[in-house]
Amino acid sequence: MEAGTLVEWLVNPGDTVARGDVVAVVETQKGAIEIEVFEAGTVTELLAEIGQTLPVGAPMARIGDGEETGAEPKPPEEETRPAPKERSAPAPPAEAEAPSEKPAQPRQEPPASAAGASPAARRAAQEAGIDLVQVKGSGPQGAIVLADVEAQMGQATPTSRPAGEGLSDMRQAVAAAMSRSKREIPHFYVSHTVETQPVSEWLAQQNAERPPAERILLGAVFVKAAAMAARQVAALNGHFTEGGFVPSETVNIGMVISLRGGGLVAPALADVDKMSLSDVMAGLRDMVTRARSGRLRGSELTRGTLTVSSLGEDGAEDMTGVIFPPQVALLAVGAPQIRPWVTGAGVEPRQVTTLVLSADHRVCDGRQASRFLVAIQDCLARPEEL
Amino acid sequence: MTETETRAIFLEELNRVAPDIDPATVRDTDHLQDDLDLDSMDILNLVTALHARLGVSIPESDYKEIETPRKASGYLARRLREPE
Repeated sequence: MEAGTLVEWLVNPGDTVARGDVVAVVETQKGAIEIEVFEAGTVTELLAEIGQTLPVGAPMARIGDGEETGAEPKPPEEETRPAPKERSAPAPPAEAEAPSEKPAQPRQEPPASAAGASPAARRAAQEAGIDLVQVKGSGPQGAIVLADVEAQMGQATPTSRPAGEGLSDMRQAVAAAMSRSKREIPHFYVSHTVETQPVSEWLAQQNAERPPAERILLGAVFVKAAAMAARQVAALNGHFTEGGFVPSETVNIGMVISLRGGGLVAPALADVDKMSLSDVMAGLRDMVTRARSGRLRGSELTRGTLTVSSLGEDGAEDMTGVIFPPQVALLAVGAPQIRPWVTGAGVEPRQVTTLVLSADHRVCDGRQASRFLVAIQDCLARPEEL
Repeated sequence: MTETETRAIFLEELNRVAPDIDPATVRDTDHLQDDLDLDSMDILNLVTALHARLGVSIPESDYKEIETPRKASGYLARRLREPE
């Protein structure tokens, strides 16, 4: 995500805001995102105007604590969140893109004449084989931003943009994150098929006694089990940054949600390991609903420390997923299948589910990945403890 | 309540769960998952909405009974006729 367009202010100058309050709605490649404030205080000035497109990290408003801070809005810095002392509401979070701006691998720098180009624009230009010298910049001080490169790409290879313009943007966002992941992350994969008949039966029994609003889906069980396993295998839970792997104190499970009409988002629930299964389900339900109505919060898109991608309750047996950077692991859960299964001395038709963990070899090895999958298996064997 | 009425309510709630589905274009035999691409969360939301609207709590074991608008309108009308 490179920039966002302000569509709505939810506060006015003079309003008091608390940390975490939603103050604005910004339209991005991934749909409308609610912008939260990371400061408490009083809104003294709105710097951004409705309809204005802002680079990620640009100050949007000034917040005071009663005294005038007089802080000048800094010129927007690419993909940089304002430091807290700026006391401003940040533009949409840089999302998973930020660490890629200084990749560990040395890369051929573009010519000096293209110095005023955003990292995302450079990357896109490099991938498309476009010389930045030919691109006219529309960003601050004539800087070349991603949209300029895309416009140039559009000219080079005329593509008919589909009627739903958001769809195309969404595909671009998915493509950018996944290409980067495959380019930078040395993936390895470990799979494990576990018997899920007992957990499914347990769940059916639980749900039979519950009204629809309180029923739990098998998907929520996998998310909770993945969180418990991530607690045990810290090497899979965190972010890979410029300084290397930073394990996360909290377990925030990202959930891949496919949007009707195309595209994916992966917002995350925080502290899943500490939540009850009912709370995990309620959280997922709320997040899916908001993802589809285009009202996710910026923090939900960036806080994930490990992602779960599920094929659902009907469908293909297994999937090998692509890690969502800067995370280091992604668990793909296949649709449960009825298969011959050895039970005691015999073979019976049982429901089984195949789990495939994609992990970052810079950070961990097969041993940890295996331990993670076995930990999930253990959780699923004792669903009443989830 | 007639099947025509339960059909209309079913399609209305379906449209609320999946706003891109135009009730006018849904065929009576369209399958919720295979043809209309609903996932398990959508189905649960639909069942929850029908429970709130009609007071009919559809158990998971009956989900097959509402897998097409035709089956669902018949099922809902039948359930509504049942004594509490």
